[in-house]
Amino acid sequence: MSERKIGTASGRACVLRGNDIDTDRIIPARYLMCVTFEGLGEFAFEDDRKEAKGNHALDDERFNGAKILVVESNFGCGSSREHAPQALMRHGFTAFIGVSFGEIFSGNCTANGLICARLSPEDVTKLMESVELDPTQEITVDVESKTVSSKAGTMKAEIPEGVRNQLLEGTWHATGVLLDASAQIEATARQLPYVNTFVEISD
Amino acid sequence: MAGKNLFNKVWDAHSVRELPNGQTQLFIGLHLIHEVTSPQAFEMLREMGLSVRFPSRTFATVDHIIPTDDQKRPFADPIAEEMMIHLENNCREAGIALFDTSSGRQGIVHVIGPELGLTQPGMTLACGDSHTSSHGAYGSIAFGIGTSQVRDVLATQTLAMGRLKVRKVDVAGKLGRGVYAKDVTLDIIRRTGAKGGVGFAYEYAGSVVESFSMEERLTLCNMSIEGGARVGYVNPDEITYNDLKGKAYAPSGAAFGRALSWWNNVKSDSDAEYDDIVEIQGSEIEPTVTWGINPGQAVGINQPIPRTSDLPDAERAGHQEAVAFMDVRTGEPIAGTKIDVAFIGSCTNSRISDLREAARIAQTGHVASHVRALVVPGSQAVQKQAELEGLPEIFQSAGFEWREPGCSMCLAMNTDRLKGREICASSSNRNFKGRQGSPTGRTLLMSPAMVAAAAIRGNVVDVREVI
Ligand code: SF4
Repeated sequence: MSERKIGTASGRACVLRGNDIDTDRIIPARYLMCVTFEGLGEFAFEDDRKEAKGNHALDDERFNGAKILVVESNFGCGSSREHAPQALMRHGFTAFIGVSFGEIFSGNCTANGLICARLSPEDVTKLMESVELDPTQEITVDVESKTVSSKAGTMKAEIPEGVRNQLLEGTWHATGVLLDASAQIEATARQLPYVNTFVEISD
Repeated sequence: MAGKNLFNKVWDAHSVRELPNGQTQLFIGLHLIHEVTSPQAFEMLREMGLSVRFPSRTFATVDHIIPTDDQKRPFADPIAEEMMIHLENNCREAGIALFDTSSGRQGIVHVIGPELGLTQPGMTLACGDSHTSSHGAYGSIAFGIGTSQVRDVLATQTLAMGRLKVRKVDVAGKLGRGVYAKDVTLDIIRRTGAKGGVGFAYEYAGSVVESFSMEERLTLCNMSIEGGARVGYVNPDEITYNDLKGKAYAPSGAAFGRALSWWNNVKSDSDAEYDDIVEIQGSEIEPTVTWGINPGQAVGINQPIPRTSDLPDAERAGHQEAVAFMDVRTGEPIAGTKIDVAFIGSCTNSRISDLREAARIAQTGHVASHVRALVVPGSQAVQKQAELEGLPEIFQSAGFEWREPGCSMCLAMNTDRLKGREICASSSNRNFKGRQGSPTGRTLLMSPAMVAAAAIRGNVVDVREVI
């Protein structure tokens, strides 16, 4: 079960400022009332957008059609809801660039073939300023070389080695890889006393 | 050679293999599911033509969407009913045990796992909910996971995970009167920040933690994720073992004795190494309340809310946003803030000891006339025990509503929600914008005893003045 290999993401970017933007804000809980992820795209950041009365980055015409979301630190903290990256993906984003990301959020992104690239706080500031100055420019996130390039130059990005390999090799959809170890899974289960109601404790 | 900590022992025992990408394929001993994050996972399995690999290692309950006023089927909300039907069908098809309302075992997923003895020391555990860290109270390694990972566990009983670093959080000495496990966790998050624990598993230790009951340990581990740590745990001890004895899914008879030797084996060695150590004096912890929009924005009850100008540059914008949203006055204490709603419940603080403590305070007065107060037990078992002890009567005669078990106003996926700009004193775990159902609603996190006291006074008050 090999999936699409993901080497780069490029397109126009959208600048979303703010630290600690949690997944409750990305997709409010009422949109968790669903049995499929379809149709979540239009509800991304719904409450924040209402509160901002048209002044939210996702409603900013300059950023229309953006494929890359540039954020600050701890983006996607909080709830484990995969609805959050699903909503952003269905809104059209394929990559996130920021200072740092919530751990479960970035894991969920990888599981859906979305890139989370980390830059230094200074580089994020530079990139945000550059995009705001010229929102029409194309930004490229290169997974192979771990770089982000824009009019502000080419910046060194951080993508954990394991995640980088998963994206490049198309093994980000983990199920297939995990299934490969069928016999080893059984063997591990046999070694665990509690899986065997503590009947035979080896060693 | 230095000894090993529990995290690394459990990790190694469950490691199926190292994956080419450097992650570990980790066997998951116990998988818990609920109605919100599982239907899409079952759908993905179907699309891939796969079935559930170890159905006897997954257990299901319904908690997030369930109404707490009237739980008769069909549920009043047709979407909630549809989600329930999906869960029932998925469990039936796969042969997964489902604790529904007719089982007598239904409740919030992180309350029922420990209650039924499903959660045990030395296990790996996963659930599509970030507060899965709770189960670490029993000395298990418990991860909150996303829906794609729920699919992975259903299909293979394993996860691809990167090993975490381990930080020992040592809470020494003793807690003062009126200071609870909730205050300890809020204090830790206040000190380390909402992202201070990213990349770490927390091992809670020290005399305060060792003297905690299992319910207190659950509260402590529950909020690990709010400080950024994916996992939090306490080494198992006599308190853990006594708690497990006689529970429905815990080993019994001779098996219990054999289990004990495995459980004692997985404990951290006395000379275990850690990647980091944080020490906190229990006596310095005050009743703690959040004033902002992330759990790190908290203060001791009598401490002033920090001024933006006192903070490092990087934190100022977030601080200003929180001050504006919450409409609080910096430089002044949170005590005295008028509340509109009081919520006692959630996987953090809805167990019997929480309700007993809240009832003890409820007995001292009556809910203020402008306050709407809700008590939502964490499970049917808690509800039943509370009834045996006469707690519902105490709450009701003090003006609190006594509800059926569920997540309720912790995330407001049912009809229990804030309206407009209401301020809620809440025993739950998240004070994010919009968390309690109104996009502009405001949440103040605190211990259940503090919530009960605030309900009665009508404003935030130091619980030590009441007890
Ligand atoms: S009570 Fe709240 S935090 Fe706990 S499982 Fe339910 S929704 Fe999640």
